[in-house]
Amino acid sequence: MRLGVLFSGGKDSTLALHLAAEKESVVCLITLVSKNPESYMFHTPNIDVTALQAEALGLPLVSVVTEGQKEEELADLEKAIAQAKSKYQIEGVVTGAVESVYQASRVQRICNRLDVWCFNPLWKHDQKALLETLVEKNFRVIISGIFAYPLDEKWLGKQIDPAVIARLVGLQSQYGISPSGEGGEIETTVLDAPMFKQKIEILTSSMESKGNCGVFQIKQARLVSK
Amino acid sequence: MILVVDMNWKRDSLALNEFVSPIVSVVQSLEECEVKHFLDIETMELEGYNKIILSGTMLKDHATLKQVDKFNWISTFDKPIMGICAGMQTIALVFGVTLTNCLQIGITEISTLKQNPIFQSDFRAYTLHNYSVAPSQTFETLAESTKCIQAIKHKQKNIYGVLFHPEVRNQEILKRFILLKQ
Repeated sequence: MRLGVLFSGGKDSTLALHLAAEKESVVCLITLVSKNPESYMFHTPNIDVTALQAEALGLPLVSVVTEGQKEEELADLEKAIAQAKSKYQIEGVVTGAVESVYQASRVQRICNRLDVWCFNPLWKHDQKALLETLVEKNFRVIISGIFAYPLDEKWLGKQIDPAVIARLVGLQSQYGISPSGEGGEIETTVLDAPMFKQKIEILTSSMESKGNCGVFQIKQARLVSK
Repeated sequence: MILVVDMNWKRDSLALNEFVSPIVSVVQSLEECEVKHFLDIETMELEGYNKIILSGTMLKDHATLKQVDKFNWISTFDKPIMGICAGMQTIALVFGVTLTNCLQIGITEISTLKQNPIFQSDFRAYTLHNYSVAPSQTFETLAESTKCIQAIKHKQKNIYGVLFHPEVRNQEILKRFILLKQ
């Protein structure tokens, strides 16, 4: 089955892509570039890096800009999936949804209208186990956004490794934070993964934070051999 | 030992993680279980299981509805069975009950019509279906949404069907079925 992956460049959509590619044929990535940093649906930090990630993966990218307003961004997502269907003949869409019924049901409705299958290979999976899978499979993932107490700027740019996972799981029991950021507590950017033919090297970056909110912005990056 | 039947359109599909693994995770918190694809079930093998759960499938996956002959064992298995979504639709077809068009996606209000051992009162559930089942002489209706029948039980047998997905929300319903005395 020809599939397009809804791709934010973060850990969940990249892991979903890998799982999908093990079973079916992934033919394109679909990205919504939201102008709204508080988008209800779409991961925002470093969304521009998706072009470089697509190049590293050797997959075409269908990219649609959205203002990021609550219902308009869903119409823009529908446009993007419709474009992918017409340009790359996708028969199904893959998402990185884990827990959010809000996100999953909206994408399901769009797929139903467009008559394409909708796969959620990470659905309801244990969040700690998902993080551990990333480490086991040699994904290089950095924390590119923090949006909840008690996270602070010291977390920005950190690579997800066993020590970081242990600290996130500790925060779950203490503060109720979802360790994989399902409640939007953290956002991530993938710099390398098994399917990447090249990896991403960050040349320049900046950090902006205020209290428990902050982003690690990749300013310049390039692909280098693995 | 509980058998979880993978109702997806093919063996080891990309939908296994989404529709079967969450059920397995709930079952394993209470009891041992095994997973078999619906195409791999032999009637003779079912004696060792004390309950069977049929998974749901993707919205576009109607494979089991077109191969009802693969489920003749449902009418002869004498222990509790629960069908979720496509599982419930398939159970209905096995007993000659027709399906009705009913598209629902997302959180849906469920009204309980008849008290039963696995859920009570009204609740909100996650739904993802194109079809429901018609009222029949074979099944009593346990619950409904504003659009269609959401849960049924066979009038003589311990066979339940829920159209909503208790493995996503309302896991306690699945747990009550798992703990149901035979």
